[in-house]
Amino acid sequence: MAQAPSIAIEDLTVTYRTRHQSVTALNKVSFDIPARSFMTIVGPSGCGKTTLLKVLSGVLAPSGGQVKFDGRPIDRKALVGQVGYVFQRPLLLPWRTALDNVKLTLEITRKSMSPADRDAEARHWLEVAGLKGFEDRYPHELSGGMQQRVSISRALAFRPQVLLMDEPFAALDEITRETLQAELLKLWSKIETTVVFITHSIPEAVLLSEKITVMSARPARILEEIDVPFERPRTEALREHPQFVGIASHIRHLLRGSEPAAAH
Amino acid sequence: MTFYQVLIFVAFFALWEIAVRALGIKPVILPAPSMIFEDIWRNRVLLLTNTWPTFLAISLGFLYAIACGAVIAVGIAFSRVVREVTYPFLVVAQVLPKIAFAPLFLIWFGFGLTPKIVIAALIAFFPIVINMAKGLTSVDAELLQYMDSLGATPREKFFKINLPWALPYIFAALKISITLAIVGAVVGEFVAAGEGLGYVINSANISLDTELMFAAILVLSVLGVLLFLVIVLLEYLAMRKSQSHMEGATATM
Repeated sequence: MAQAPSIAIEDLTVTYRTRHQSVTALNKVSFDIPARSFMTIVGPSGCGKTTLLKVLSGVLAPSGGQVKFDGRPIDRKALVGQVGYVFQRPLLLPWRTALDNVKLTLEITRKSMSPADRDAEARHWLEVAGLKGFEDRYPHELSGGMQQRVSISRALAFRPQVLLMDEPFAALDEITRETLQAELLKLWSKIETTVVFITHSIPEAVLLSEKITVMSARPARILEEIDVPFERPRTEALREHPQFVGIASHIRHLLRGSEPAAAH
Repeated sequence: MTFYQVLIFVAFFALWEIAVRALGIKPVILPAPSMIFEDIWRNRVLLLTNTWPTFLAISLGFLYAIACGAVIAVGIAFSRVVREVTYPFLVVAQVLPKIAFAPLFLIWFGFGLTPKIVIAALIAFFPIVINMAKGLTSVDAELLQYMDSLGATPREKFFKINLPWALPYIFAALKISITLAIVGAVVGEFVAAGEGLGYVINSANISLDTELMFAAILVLSVLGVLLFLVIVLLEYLAMRKSQSHMEGATATM
């Protein structure tokens, strides 16, 4: 697999069996993610966005359809150790320092690296994430925003091909959120990786990504794939740009129209 | 221990002393602390030589409880088959008064150390099984899935994530188990031993030597507190840095 592959999702279907019925989380969903791009999925709660990420990380096997990296169908084995994941909650190990938490993914995926190299790599990512000097702090000594930075560093430390992020900033306050959005773009510029990002925040989606896929409520279907044409590096000032506002507004209307109990 | 806590202990003994004298309670019913301390000194050799077998029974019973408890806990946590097979037995065995089996163990194992260890281990192992199993299984599922996607082996997941996560639960159980092991060992000595502090308590009771009985009880209490403090020290060393993330751990008799 080349670094930062393109991802093609074709007729992806995921069905869960519960005790009483079978639930279709994704029904023949198809869309493309260009190589080395930042792609955001926006959609109402419960529409299957997280399920999609789980298929991309190899944790969940699809019931139908396939996923192709760089045009080639992948199986779950090929995904092992290639995908970084950031959750809404930092999920750091409380008994490890920030540095040791970042090292966790390296310990598992880069066993051939020497401990000294792993240490240096982990320190590098923490520094880039703005946490120099906090390497030896424990998670409970860090703020929510800082913990999330450690989580992002952990996901990037082993330089994955693909980075999956499931509403990583949803639990943070607005100001921390905007700071981390900028940090994330900075971190991403230092590594070649394809990012698939989930959020409920439309401005966040427009600010961060090249491309936005708007999904409907369950059973999820693609409402529209939107290109966000702004140049990088992207600045805060962009939020006021009329085209930015226009795109955000368009997405909002799309989502309103597809809400189950939509009022017009 | 804070100064005030020591003060409370002193006050307790002082009140006891005063009450016994003031109310004229006979020593055979309730001796005064001063008489007990004097008795401890007078019988110091007897008490000391009997402390060792009791300590041995408690420690070995406790260690066996940990070994068996840990093995079963891991089985329950990671194997549905083991969980479904052992759980009913565990629930029933937990409810039964193990102490009532002490005379039976005398028949099975004879006199001496073995029946004491068996009883101590049997009573002490439940909190360990329950808490450790709970600790091992309460790791966030998303985190474990992430580890899977990174290609972590089951052994890596266990030693890097499940086991450290379970440590607070395990230590909570150990603190309870050590006290249960003491109960078990002493009851074993009541029934099936010719030596040990429990034996001394029992013999003193039979011959109405209440002072000696209290003396032995006091020595046993000190032994118990010291063992408990060892666990507290180990817990401190193992987990001093991370804040406890334990929630809802249980412990049962």
